[in-house]
Amino acid sequence: MRDDVILEAVDVVKHFGDGGNWLSPKPPVQAVDGVSLEVRRGETFAIVGESGCGKSTLARLLMRLLEPTEGSVLFDGDEVSHAKGEVLKTLRRQMQFIFQDPFSSLNPRMSVGKLVGEPLEVHAPEMSTEDRRAKVAELLRKVGLRPEHAGRYPHEFSGGQRQRIGIARALASGPKLIIGDEPVSALDVSVQAQVINLLGDLSRDLGLTLVIIAHDLGVIRHMSDRVAVMYLGRIVEIGTAEEVFATPLHPYTQALLSAIPSIDGASRDKKSGVLGEMPSPSDPPPGCRFHTRCLHAQARCKSESPKLQGADHQVACHFWKEIATQPAPAIPSRRSDAAEARFALYRAATTGGTVIHHDETATKRI
Amino acid sequence: MAIAAPTAGQELASEDALFVMSDLTLRFKGQKNDVVQGVNLRVRRGEVLCVVGESGCGKSVTSMAIMGLLPPNSAQISSGKMRISSDEWDLVTDRLPAELRGNKIAMIFQEPMTSLNPAFRIGNQIAEVVQRHQGGTRAASLDRAEEMLQRVGIANPGQRLREYPHQLSGGMRQRVMIAMALANEPQILIADEPTTALDVTIQAQILDLIADLRDETGMGTIMITHDLGVVAEIADTVAVMYGGQVVEQGPVEEVFRNPQHPYTIGLMSAMPRLDKPGERLAIVPGTVPTISNMPDGCRFRTRCAFATSYCSKRPSLSDIAPDHSVACHYAPLEAHVRVSA
Repeated sequence: MRDDVILEAVDVVKHFGDGGNWLSPKPPVQAVDGVSLEVRRGETFAIVGESGCGKSTLARLLMRLLEPTEGSVLFDGDEVSHAKGEVLKTLRRQMQFIFQDPFSSLNPRMSVGKLVGEPLEVHAPEMSTEDRRAKVAELLRKVGLRPEHAGRYPHEFSGGQRQRIGIARALASGPKLIIGDEPVSALDVSVQAQVINLLGDLSRDLGLTLVIIAHDLGVIRHMSDRVAVMYLGRIVEIGTAEEVFATPLHPYTQALLSAIPSIDGASRDKKSGVLGEMPSPSDPPPGCRFHTRCLHAQARCKSESPKLQGADHQVACHFWKEIATQPAPAIPSRRSDAAEARFALYRAATTGGTVIHHDETATKRI
Repeated sequence: MAIAAPTAGQELASEDALFVMSDLTLRFKGQKNDVVQGVNLRVRRGEVLCVVGESGCGKSVTSMAIMGLLPPNSAQISSGKMRISSDEWDLVTDRLPAELRGNKIAMIFQEPMTSLNPAFRIGNQIAEVVQRHQGGTRAASLDRAEEMLQRVGIANPGQRLREYPHQLSGGMRQRVMIAMALANEPQILIADEPTTALDVTIQAQILDLIADLRDETGMGTIMITHDLGVVAEIADTVAVMYGGQVVEQGPVEEVFRNPQHPYTIGLMSAMPRLDKPGERLAIVPGTVPTISNMPDGCRFRTRCAFATSYCSKRPSLSDIAPDHSVACHYAPLEAHVRVSA
């Protein structure tokens, strides 16, 4: 294992259900089916896919919130997939989780100070009450809240602020790695931007490794260094965000990217969509799991399951070389020059610039 | 509080408008502020109007008011006139007739699972809507239901008719909701976040379906959404709402090319873009105030970097270009302010 790899999954498989009995057979749900990946120290690694592709299960396997059916997970070189007791406790300190829904992931009966201080009680029991209070105040400041918020309760905060509390709680034990399962998807656009900026600042300032699970490709492009695209329990493409977004190789990635509605004027290419819907993970199609929805599928795809191939930019498709990928055309901005000036003014004004009104009286229009 | 007269008033007379809502103002009992204030909307035949805004901006309340679904005991409408083709209602005094809903105006919701009755077969649920408004036999209504399922792209409609909602996927359920909404050929379709619960590939399919049906039937569509990408995809015109007020309104091309209101600009800059990764996102500082804490005048002023004391006077929605109107004292911004570092 290379030194710069902090978290590694080797052929991880997770099946739910035992298959029922002979009277009522229930095929197991193959949520994750043979996933290998490496997360490098200090990078932001994203896992993207549609609902039901197994990305949340994978996140929970990486976190050791679930035990894999087969395969192993290595954190800092140590096998942790079946960790228990003291080993698990140490692991928890180094790996933390941010949840999607800031409304249900905070105990409504605990004050913010108690919520953020709780991981400290567990992981640093020797800390004095005084020190703990100071540490909580510092954590709250770090995530953009005020120390006096410690006395309040979760219901007094908005969604974005609650997500900040969740982040402060995750930071409390001083982790090396944070996994966020859709950390911003429950937030409104304007608040989402604040939390994205915060996560970016924290990972840079604290040298944190982030693993982000998301379905919003815009958010992923913005935040991540490397991306893994999942479909029905398997990784179909993995590479740097730059490569995957500029030259997607797998037809599924291509379809995902072309399905994003864009505000930049490039209209969605209606022909390159995918057919129908994702099959059930309890009865996945044989061969390449994407072949039932793929516009390029051939006989071989139905029988033979493709392996990930390539060096840094890997793809699991038999015919990726044949499937022509045209680099996305440069999108001409459709904003007018006046609008660009306005955007620049807005950015300057919201990042600490001083706004000067030309003429306080002449500008009044009513 | 003085409310500026709606300048969009002259548009109300325009003949080609299929749907017009003028000066809708309402509040909930016991609150001191309006949740929707002086909202004017207009939809022409075959046009998609997107109402865009964040949670708490009043977009859903507006759509409920259009449907006449607000509880009359708690929602107090203080002004508002609504016209659909030649019929007009004064929302202060009239209650919208029940025959209107599902017939002239139909609505689809965000979560198709909770809008379908889990205990009845798909076919019966669609047939019920048809029979309620058109009469006729059960058999004829079921035929109509099958025809509608076919039309929204559901394979095997004859078999699907006999299935229950839990047997369908999210995308299929939304198709069923659309089939049900369109069964009586409404003139206006209201879609409240119809694709928010769906994956991007399915969202693309549903948006295409709505656009196709719009082209076929010429219905007017009011789509409520928070996603500017969806707006760019499907809208002809857009109304940006903040705190119960429409702050900017116009043809979608024009609004995206030349956004004027600081809130519109803020929303657009806060969206992560595929072509500019890693660049720090501009933000809209703070959060939306609760309705009882809404400032008077321009409601965005507490979060606006350009606000002055003058903004406590409500700016009227006035034209900055043909059909493109904005409610800001300082529009266009670059002519009124500069920013020093």
